Order: sequence, then structure tokens, then C-alpha cells
Amino acid sequence: MAKKVAFMQGNEAAAHGALYAGCNFFGGYPITPSTEVSEVLSIELPKVGGKFIQMEDEIGAMAACLGASLTGAKALTSTSGPGLSLKQELIGYGCIAEIPCVVFNVMRGGPSTGMPTGPSQSDVMCAKWGTHGDHATIALMPASVQECYDMVAEAFSLAEKYRMPVHVLPDEIIAHMRERIEFREPGEIEITPRKAPTVPPEQYKPYDTSFGDVPPLANFGSGYRYHVTGLNKMQDGFPTTKAEIVQAEEERQVRKVDACIDDIVTFEEYMLDDAEVVVVAYGSTSRSARYAVNAAREQGINAGMFRIKTFWPFPDKQIKALAAKVKGFIIPEMNLGMCSIELERCAQGKIPVLGIFRVDGEPINPEQIVEKIKEVK
Amino acid sequence: MAFDYEKYLRPGKLPHIWCPGCGHGIVMKGLIRAMDTLKLDMKNTAIVSGIGCASRLPGYIDCCTLHTAHGRAAAFATGVKMAKPEMNVILCGGDGDGTAIGGNHFIHACRRNIDMTYIIMNNYIYGMTGGQFSPCTPTGHKASTTPYGNPDPGFDIAKLAIGAGATFVARGTAFHANQIDKLIAEAIQHKGFSVVEILDDCPTTYGRRNKYKSVIEMMNRLKEVAVPVKAAEKMTAEQLKGKVLTGVLYKDDTKSDYTTEYAKVIERAQAK
Ligand SMILES: Cc1ncc(C[n+]2csc(CCOP(=O)(O)OP(=O)(O)O)c2C)c(N)n1
Ligand code: SF4
Repeated sequence: MAKKVAFMQGNEAAAHGALYAGCNFFGGYPITPSTEVSEVLSIELPKVGGKFIQMEDEIGAMAACLGASLTGAKALTSTSGPGLSLKQELIGYGCIAEIPCVVFNVMRGGPSTGMPTGPSQSDVMCAKWGTHGDHATIALMPASVQECYDMVAEAFSLAEKYRMPVHVLPDEIIAHMRERIEFREPGEIEITPRKAPTVPPEQYKPYDTSFGDVPPLANFGSGYRYHVTGLNKMQDGFPTTKAEIVQAEEERQVRKVDACIDDIVTFEEYMLDDAEVVVVAYGSTSRSARYAVNAAREQGINAGMFRIKTFWPFPDKQIKALAAKVKGFIIPEMNLGMCSIELERCAQGKIPVLGIFRVDGEPINPEQIVEKIKEVK
Repeated sequence: MAFDYEKYLRPGKLPHIWCPGCGHGIVMKGLIRAMDTLKLDMKNTAIVSGIGCASRLPGYIDCCTLHTAHGRAAAFATGVKMAKPEMNVILCGGDGDGTAIGGNHFIHACRRNIDMTYIIMNNYIYGMTGGQFSPCTPTGHKASTTPYGNPDPGFDIAKLAIGAGATFVARGTAFHANQIDKLIAEAIQHKGFSVVEILDDCPTTYGRRNKYKSVIEMMNRLKEVAVPVKAAEKMTAEQLKGKVLTGVLYKDDTKSDYTTEYAKVIERAQAK
């Protein structure tokens, strides 16, 4: 049978990717340029018996998703910059209480109201560090409409697998452009279900590390009674201030992702075999970068591209290996040098990191990148 | 026979964190008796709270309990109820949690008329953080941040709830402990968003500053100001001055609740 194909926007594709993954709860608050996600899901979710709710603000939307997820729902929220700022306290709640959900944040200009319809990539640090306290972060970076679909579906699996909120961070260009996409067949993208408890209710502890760094999560209303809090907690879910428990639990919540970094991190290598200059790019900027690499090669420069698909955890290992091998990194990004900080950290001064930073609401064009490539000696 | 509270409490989680003389424990006992009256299935019951002394209540009760972030109980609970409408969902918290930082979620839960019961413990103060004034602190009263007397007017929680669309609103006091379970039980049975405000006391951070010499004096004040709605009908405006009405203040059984309405949305979507 021929695959179902469609011509649609990144935001619409994200909604369909969510449905593919079994999303059955959406809590949101309208904000440009992400609103189409909620519009599509307001139509589609009730058709499959799912629930759509427009909350009174983004904080409420995040809260509703976390509450729904505790009952076993696969919950999605979508937003953009100002909304991401508002969600932060409860993203932290999701991290410490270890509640799966997906946050689809379309990056627009900022800070504050900034440029509501202008593209940007300036939320990458907000996704990582926006909520206070130490915590793990997973953030995926789609660079096409198809990847909006695929990555949202994958984000649901990552959320369940690591029991935490997972970000998908398209820039406004990716979210609003239209491309041909394929709807995935069942089984084509792995859908990880929630790890359910294997012990009877009397023995269940929501943070029981004898089951590993990601303990099973029982659904509210499934016969298991337990306590959830945003305070530092013990394995049974109740608050504690005992130094050794707090330290161990905090470390576990970061380690559960760090230790699996090789399973989580995805990237694309383009013409890297003989590359001397590597453009590190993500999101829509990588599309210009690909074009620029081709153009540079036509001019006899051995350029290549490393495309970041998983922004958090950052692909340290791969970037460090490249830094030991090539003459320089070019980093084009629609912010004033956020990924650049990570590249500098990985390059450790061994090679130059040349940035092209645009925050004027215009995309970075290939010519700009080619010019920068030529600067690497 | 004495009522067996322990059946509903989590083993090993007492003593509670509340100060001697704090009214929150009286409210918890009332809630437990209400749960017992209704024979609520604890596996299928969620208690959701925010942050504050009052919001510590769920941890002691042996059901699905969710101690969320400051002010966010109603929004978390809305997610729980929407996703699993068959669950009994009860919210609780303090006046600060519910009417200041959580005020927006509170009024929207009322407006949606989502079938949950909200027990709001009004001790007129932010207890947990040491007695700063809340939106319910009466004008002129002292708090750690109103050293010259509170310039703000206070909220009437019940009026706020009625105005926002709640379909069951009741008020009790920590002094009238035997009424609390009846009000809560009636609220839980009501289909729609129900609010039970319990006038409460915080001897530690409010009583002390406002010249109450003892918990007994604070309780006596609750006794003196409370007037049951029935009795109030026969009183003059002059007699009612400075009094607070208690009992079931408002009830509307004609409005449909939110998850019922959303079930109709699902039906319409699937009929297409
Ligand atoms: C976002 C946020 N802001 C502030 C606080 C600090 N805080 C904790 S409890 C509380 C007030 C609690 O007062 P109330 O809800 O009236 O409950 P009570 O302690 O009196 O029972 C405040 C301001 C917090 N925990 N989170
Ligand atoms: S500080 Fe006040 S509200 Fe908190 S436990 Fe003590 S008496 Fe109760």
C-alpha cells in the first residue's frame, strides 16, 4: 500500500507526529508561531477519544499536562518564547517529580514579546537552563517538516523512557514552512510505552532505584496509591532534607540521561570524511549550511557539515572528535552565539570557532556561510 | 465507638508538620470523615494541593496525592480530571496559594465548572513563609510585611467563587469542626466545581501579631463571627455587621460540568 503523504506545515506535522505516538492529551495556550499545533489537535484529539484543553495560561497548560500524564496520558503542550518562560517552574516540577511529557516550543525572536512572527534559535539555552536547579534536559531540533513529525513522535518515547519532560525546538521557519511529508506506518518509529510497576501496590515506591535510574511509574487510578511532590524526595515519594538522600537523588536525575547519552544523541554528518572546515548547524540554518558546503566544495574548499539533531544532551563526544581533526568550526545561528558557547567548550581552544549570528528576524543565507568558511586558514 | 482516622492515614507519616493549635489538622480530620461517609474508593481518589502549610495535607492521606507548585493545584487537578474523569478529585490549600498566585487557575476552574472539590483553608495569612499578608488578610491587620497595618482590602472567597461560576459554595470554620465533614461530603457529591472555604487559624504567624493571646481566643472569634445562613435570614443588617455566613451559601444543580461537556465534544467529533 502506498504511504500516506501530505503537504503541510511543520506545526501541523508535529500534531500528526504526536497522534502517531499515541498522544491523547493536549494542554495549551495560544501563541504565535505555534498555535497551529493546538488547532490541529483540537480537531483530531476528540476523534480518537483524546482530550484537548485550552488553559488560562501557559503555566496552567504545563500543569494540566503533568497532571494528565500522572494518570497515564501521553501529554503534549506547545508554545513559543514567552510561553516557555512561563512554563519553566513546572518544567522543573516535571524534572524533579519525573513526569513524562513533551514540550513543543517554536522559537521566535526575544526576549519578552520580541518578534512574534520572526524566526529565531534563541531558546536553546532557555530549554536547558530556564528552570532553576540541576536537572537533565533532552531537546530535539527538527530541520524539516518531516522531522517535526518524526521528532515529536520520538520525543514521546524519550519522555517515557527517561521519565521527564522532553523538548522539541523548531525555529519559526521550520514550524511554518510547508513540505511534503510521509505519515509513518505503525512500527516505523519505535514507540516506547511507560515502564509500569511489576510489584503489587503495597510494595510500590515511585522512585524505587532498585529498578534502575529510571524507576517504573504507576498511573493514578490504576490501583497504586502514592505521593508526588516537587520537594526533594525519598524513594517512596515523600519529602526529605537528608543530605545523602538529596545528593544521591539529584545525581541520579541527571545521570539517568548522561549515562545514556550515546543512545539519545542523534546527528547528521554531511561530507565530513575529508572535511577541513566544519559548519556546525541545526534547524533551518542547517539548510543554508548544506547549500554553503556544496558551494564551498565547488570552489575547492573541503567543507562539511555536522548537523545537530539532539541539542541536549549536547553531542560533546562527536564535536570533540571533530575539533581534534579539523581546522575550524563555523557556527551559523539565529541568536547571538548560544551554540557557539558549547562549541568553544568542546573545542577547548584547539581550533577557531567562527560565528555568524543573526537576530534580525532574517534567515542566515548560504553566501554568508561561504564567506565565513573562506576565513578559516 | 471512636472514629478510626488511621485507616485513612499513611502509616509512618505522622507527626504532621503543623504547629500546635493550627486549624489545618481539624480540616484534615473533617475531610477524612467526609471520605468515610461517602465510602470513597481511595485507589480512585486524588488529592491535589499547592504549596504552603495547608498544602501539606495530602501527604498524610493514603490515596493518590499530588503536592504541586505554589498556586497550581487547580491546574494540575484539571489535567488529572480531564484525563480520568472517573477519578474523584479533591483540591486543598491555603488562602494565599488559592487566591494570590493561584487566583487565575481558581477562577477558571470555577468557570469551567469542572467536577472537583476545592477545600480552601483561610487563615488570613501566608503561614509557611512566616506570616506575610495574603489577599485575605483583613484591612488594618498586621502581618510581617504590613507592620503599619494592612492597606489592602481582602477577598471574599465565597463571593469570588460564586462570581466566577462555581456551582456549589460553602463556608465553615475550624471551630465548628463537626460541620466540616458534612460540608465537604455535600461538596464532593455535587456534580460540578465545589468550593468549601474553612475559616481557620494560624496562631504562630497571625494570632501572635494580631494580639490574640491564645488559640482558644482565636477559636472563640471564629465562633462569634460565624452565623449559619438560615439564622442570618432572620437577622437585621445591623446584627449581621462583622459576621460571616456559614453553611451552604450557593448551589446550582442546573449547570453541566466540564468533563460531561467535553464528552459531548468527543461525540460530535466522532459523529463527523
Ligand atoms: C513560586 C513560589 N513563590 C513563593 C513561594 C513561597 N511560599 C511558599 S508557601 C507560601 C504561602 C503559603 O500561604 P497559604 O497558601 O495561605 O498557606 P498556609 O501556609 O497559610 O497554610 C509562599 C508565599 C513558593 N513556594 N513558590
Ligand atoms: S505556621 Fe500557621 S499555618 Fe503553618 S502550621 Fe503553623 S499555625 Fe499552621
